[in-house]
Amino acid sequence: MKLYCLSGHPTLPCNVLKFKSTTIMLDCGLDMNSTLNFLPLPLVQSPRLSNLPGWSLKDGNAFLDKELKECSGHVFVDSVPEFCLPETELIDLSTVDVILISNYHCMMALPYITEHTGFTGTVYATEPSVQIGRLLMEELVNFIERVPKAQSASLWKNKDIQRLLPSPLKDAVEVSTWRRCYTMQEVNSALSKIQLVGYSQKIELFGAVQVTPLSSGYALGSSNWIIQSHYEKVSYVSGSSLLTTHPQPMDQASLKNSDVLILTGLTQIPTANPDSMVGEFCSNLALTVRNGGNVLVPCYPSGVIYDLLECLYQYIDSAGLSSIPFYFISPVANSSLEFSQIFAEWLCHNKQTKVYLPEPPFPHAELIQTNKLKHYPSIHGDFSNDFRQPCVVFTGHPSLRFGDVVHFMELWGKSSLNTVIFTEPDFSYLEALAPYQPLAMKCIYCPIDTRLNFIQVSKLLKEVQPLHVVCPEQYTQPPPAQSHRIDLMIDCQPPAMSYRRAEVLALPFKRRYEKIEIMPELADSLVPMEIKPGVSLATVSAVLHTKDNKHILQPPPRPAQPTGGKKRKRASDDIPDCKVLKPLLSGSIPVEQFVQTLEKHGFSDIKVEDTAKGHIVLLQEAETLIQIEEDSTHIICDNDEMLRVRLRDLVLKFLQKF
Amino acid sequence: MDPECSRLLPALCAVLADPRQPVADDTCLEKLLDWFTAVTEAGSSLLLLQENPCLVELLFHVLKSQDLSSRILSFSLRLAGIFAAQEDCFQYLQQGELLPMLFGEVGPLGGAAWTAPAVRSGWIQGLRTLAQHPSALHFLAACDIPQVTQALSVLTTAFGHCHGLWTQGLWVRLSPLVARLLEKDPVPASHSLVDLLLSVARSAPSSDRDLWETLAQTLSHLSPTQAGPLALGILKLQDCFIHRLPKDRRDSWSSPAQSRAGFILRTCSAAFCHLPSGLTLWILGHPVPQVLRTQAFGILLQPLACVLEAAAQAPGPPGLLEGAAADSMMVDTLLSSKSACVGLLCCALAHLGLLQPLPQRPSPWPQAPLLGAAVTILRLCSGSAAPTSDVGGRLCAILVGCGRVQRAALDFLGALSQGTGPQELVTQVFSVLLEYLVSPESSSMVLKKAFQATLRWLLSSPKTPGCCDLDPHTQLFLRELLPVLQKRLCSPCWEVRDSVLEFLTQMTRHCGGQAGFRQALLASEVPELTKQLLRDPESYVRASAVTATGQLSSWGLCATPAIPECPGAQQESLLVELLHILSTDSEGFPRRAVMQVFTEWLRDGHADVAEDAERFVAGVLQAASRDLDWEVRAQGLELALVFLEQLLGQRGSHCPYAVALPETAPPGVLDQALQVLCRVQLFEFAFRALFDCDRPVAQKSCDLLLFLRAKAAPCGSSQEAGDSPNVASVEATLQRWQAGEQGQPLGYLEPGAVVALLRSIDLEGLRDTLAESSDHVEKSPQSLLQDMLAAVGVLGENEADCY
Repeated sequence: MKLYCLSGHPTLPCNVLKFKSTTIMLDCGLDMNSTLNFLPLPLVQSPRLSNLPGWSLKDGNAFLDKELKECSGHVFVDSVPEFCLPETELIDLSTVDVILISNYHCMMALPYITEHTGFTGTVYATEPSVQIGRLLMEELVNFIERVPKAQSASLWKNKDIQRLLPSPLKDAVEVSTWRRCYTMQEVNSALSKIQLVGYSQKIELFGAVQVTPLSSGYALGSSNWIIQSHYEKVSYVSGSSLLTTHPQPMDQASLKNSDVLILTGLTQIPTANPDSMVGEFCSNLALTVRNGGNVLVPCYPSGVIYDLLECLYQYIDSAGLSSIPFYFISPVANSSLEFSQIFAEWLCHNKQTKVYLPEPPFPHAELIQTNKLKHYPSIHGDFSNDFRQPCVVFTGHPSLRFGDVVHFMELWGKSSLNTVIFTEPDFSYLEALAPYQPLAMKCIYCPIDTRLNFIQVSKLLKEVQPLHVVCPEQYTQPPPAQSHRIDLMIDCQPPAMSYRRAEVLALPFKRRYEKIEIMPELADSLVPMEIKPGVSLATVSAVLHTKDNKHILQPPPRPAQPTGGKKRKRASDDIPDCKVLKPLLSGSIPVEQFVQTLEKHGFSDIKVEDTAKGHIVLLQEAETLIQIEEDSTHIICDNDEMLRVRLRDLVLKFLQKF
Repeated sequence: MDPECSRLLPALCAVLADPRQPVADDTCLEKLLDWFTAVTEAGSSLLLLQENPCLVELLFHVLKSQDLSSRILSFSLRLAGIFAAQEDCFQYLQQGELLPMLFGEVGPLGGAAWTAPAVRSGWIQGLRTLAQHPSALHFLAACDIPQVTQALSVLTTAFGHCHGLWTQGLWVRLSPLVARLLEKDPVPASHSLVDLLLSVARSAPSSDRDLWETLAQTLSHLSPTQAGPLALGILKLQDCFIHRLPKDRRDSWSSPAQSRAGFILRTCSAAFCHLPSGLTLWILGHPVPQVLRTQAFGILLQPLACVLEAAAQAPGPPGLLEGAAADSMMVDTLLSSKSACVGLLCCALAHLGLLQPLPQRPSPWPQAPLLGAAVTILRLCSGSAAPTSDVGGRLCAILVGCGRVQRAALDFLGALSQGTGPQELVTQVFSVLLEYLVSPESSSMVLKKAFQATLRWLLSSPKTPGCCDLDPHTQLFLRELLPVLQKRLCSPCWEVRDSVLEFLTQMTRHCGGQAGFRQALLASEVPELTKQLLRDPESYVRASAVTATGQLSSWGLCATPAIPECPGAQQESLLVELLHILSTDSEGFPRRAVMQVFTEWLRDGHADVAEDAERFVAGVLQAASRDLDWEVRAQGLELALVFLEQLLGQRGSHCPYAVALPETAPPGVLDQALQVLCRVQLFEFAFRALFDCDRPVAQKSCDLLLFLRAKAAPCGSSQEAGDSPNVASVEATLQRWQAGEQGQPLGYLEPGAVVALLRSIDLEGLRDTLAESSDHVEKSPQSLLQDMLAAVGVLGENEADCY
């Protein structure tokens, strides 16, 4: 069993598991951190961005000044943003049989895999994952396509040139494999390969293994996966949460008794408790608005935003913010808000019960009804008519490189009254802000990551007791900035096996058993013999028939009747020769009694030696040696077949035959 | 005992002894015991038993009866304990061999009833109650007490009551037993053992070195967690010297400003001349040995020493927490489990915090290392410490985010503010406090403690010499603190908003006059945000906001008027806003807070109030009189009293023993004052309050009117208003009010009529009636006995109702 690690990002995993005869891809996350190296795509012409100076080498050579721009000491690529794909060379991706998706954030690289690698398999995912994943992809494509960029920079990617660039461009890895965003057509084609599954549904893969999605508690439709055969069980835990937010709670019990547990997608900010962060978010939001400032919340169109809106729903009246407008701007804002209300069966119990009242499970419906929350597909159109300040705007993309957020950063960045509050943990907020510097607006970082923290992981591991844990290498040591925090790493016995990008791990377990079925008529013909209490044996002669990874013992074909004793037909190749079998032996040889028997039969001068595995009986006179071990007995004598046969018969007297 | 109770008692005893008539209500039995305790405290138990033989009969009956409930058995054991607490009564009961039968092995102790927890508890309580005199102790020594814990518990009480040499005698017999307990590992019943040893140490004027040795041994045998309370007890021992003095002398020594212990130690030399010579000798000759105190202190310091050592970046200066270098056993205990570590640290911090303010705390007090330890623990808990050692790393992993330790350490840090420390450490203290105040990870409870500790440190920080302003460090800290307060005032968690407001109130109260504080505060949004919280949805927060704005306003620090939406509009004054809260807020807390603020404003002559005090008082009293919350009405009377005092001069000394009568006011002043009081309708308010259904309000009103009558004494002879028809009708109205019909207003009162009314109402009589609690009739023992009898139908009064 092998694990091919195609992504080094612990929360955007992409691994391929070879298990029995199947090749299973576990998630295909897309690392978008690469976009931080690019200049933002402004929705409205930005004189500031378009007038940034070109970058030149120390010696004044300015041949890169069209591609690279400088802003407040940082250098950015002036081109369409590009993404860092999972490793495509480590394994032939056309051999992948299935892709299992654990949540909508972990499927963003799907079109790259399904459309450009010769992939012919099936993708399994839950319905909310697919629908919301589609929204995220649609938003991404929309954000990038609506700001067409004339040029595409590629010169800087030349290895010799890249060496000369300042950090972080210089240190960016595998820039040559970075790709531009996919198109909507590719998205549609990729999503058409998905087969929908429900929690605890058992899916057979070629009869070899069974895969089952389990609720992981992190997002709508998010799942962990169990991949098991009759005798082996691998659990894949990705993006799970034990907090009571909107999704169905995590199913922990089904993860028990795994041989291997692959653990990814833990919280990216282990030191920040989501509840405290929500409190911090509310405080800073209120403080800004009360002083007449605007609040910008860069976010994804689904996920934590539902919880934030719910908190604000409870908070705004008490904080005296009822008159402040909340805007949610995204090409998929409307769909996201509406989808969330229809996936009742995927929601936590409290929200599910609301549906039967009937009430919308999320209170943002009421915020919309009372006009406190308004949503728009973009800043163009209706929004510009309704726009009122001070206000709170939720919009994407959290990387601040594309989407409507770019416009608000340009608009509000100059005033210290305004605040940008980062709630998504995926991007370093300082790097995200770099192309907007110098910035007067206040920046608050309160990342809300509800995924498991290390305390929860250690409890989980104690509870489910896997034999082996496999995780990204980042989880096996404290964060580099806090090397003394040994509580911020996975602590389990035996120590977790770690992986990094482009590594192949041989998973530490051997397959020892395989299930074989026996046909009823064959079973009927068996005559078991009890060899010791509770253990019966029978000899079986059969044909092992293997098809679709299923093994069946069938009765052997009857030997062809000799036709009239005439010329014997040439031994047919198909029919195995059923010789008369020698009887099977069982039992053990008591050495003392054996020696007595030997003496009775005229052997003298017998010596017994104890060995590590049993005994050696020496017949010195006959120059013969009898080696008695647990599962074998050897008679070693010099060319005296008579003697050997005599001795053999004496040995056989002590053994049972059947 | 009054005759009526004596008459009812035999019937009650019969009921109690009758298993067919179960007593339904446990509280009755408790009340009965309370009553017997009171009766025996007031008089002779022996006499009581002799006059009421039914009681002894009950006890005998209980022993004989097989099917009595465990409750009655337990009750009887406790009752016997109460009687036997007096030595003559003890002897009397012993004559009938009653006590061994009740408490010895032949009694319930050996029987099936012993399985009931109530019986065991009654047994031990009975024994504890009776162990007050030497005869009882002999009895106890003869008793075979089955369990170590129970034995220790009884003995502990025994020592609590012991005096003189016979305690010592008892200790001589006891100490080998204790020594045997100490041989066991782990030491059994360690809590009770610690209690016992401390009780012995407190009560025995023991010159016996053996006791100190036993204490030292116990300290070293007990586990670190168990030894803490004993160590603290030993270090506090000198605290109790004074309790051994005769009571009258003790009282004459008490000084309200100083604790007894502080007093005795500081004025030791002066005190010796008052002491009985024996005791003087004892104090001089037998203090707790220094070695033992050092050992005890070491035990309390150990956990902190470990933490300090583990977290040290580099080897610290030698002698840190001298004599308490971290030993490996302590390290093992700390690292063994999270609960052990947390428990040990919390205990050590709490014990040291208790010791800190005591005069007998060890000297020299290691203030600087303790400060360092508190700061280190807080840093470990927040994850901001970066220990390099292995132990430090593991401690950090255990402690990070642990709220219990954070709270204990913040309390301790607050306590340490009473001492000084090197500037560098003080800077660290403020920086760690700021870290906690800023951190979003601080829970509301931790934050509250952090604010309390910050306040204590800010208030204790040294003032710049020659200048009454804050020192530059504090100033700098304030500048960083105010943005935090701003953010915290917007917290979605109401407890946090409340803590900030409380902190702000206290800070303003103490530093409102200091230029540095004023400057920093006025430059921030804090006053404006505080004012906004007057409309907070949470009533506690509104109440705190009222107090805070009131305090800010007193110092002229309230938010300047600024309404962006309508700049032309007249900003309503805070006074109007608070009056609005008083008359409309649906919860009691904010309204009470408003009344307190108003009273303070009136007392301090707040500008808004002083402008037209008469109108102010009239408005407030009118609002308060309609309030449903009695505390608001009572506070209204407080405000009325302040107003009265301002008009008529101070009341006399508050001391109840002061003999001087209140001075009367000169007639001219009085007339004017009465006119004013009538105009603000203070009398209507006070008279209404006089018949208030809540007793404290009526009492307060009574006091106020008595004060007024004393002030108005000279007016009486010259005015004959008492006969006017006005007075008669007012009296009639008041009578109706007293009867509960308070609908009708009094109407405008003439000052003359008021004086006449004050004379005609029997205020003293009313005061005496009010002084008795409202349920004094129902609470009488007679009523209790009747109720119990009625409950089982013995009195037969209710039989007719059954139909």
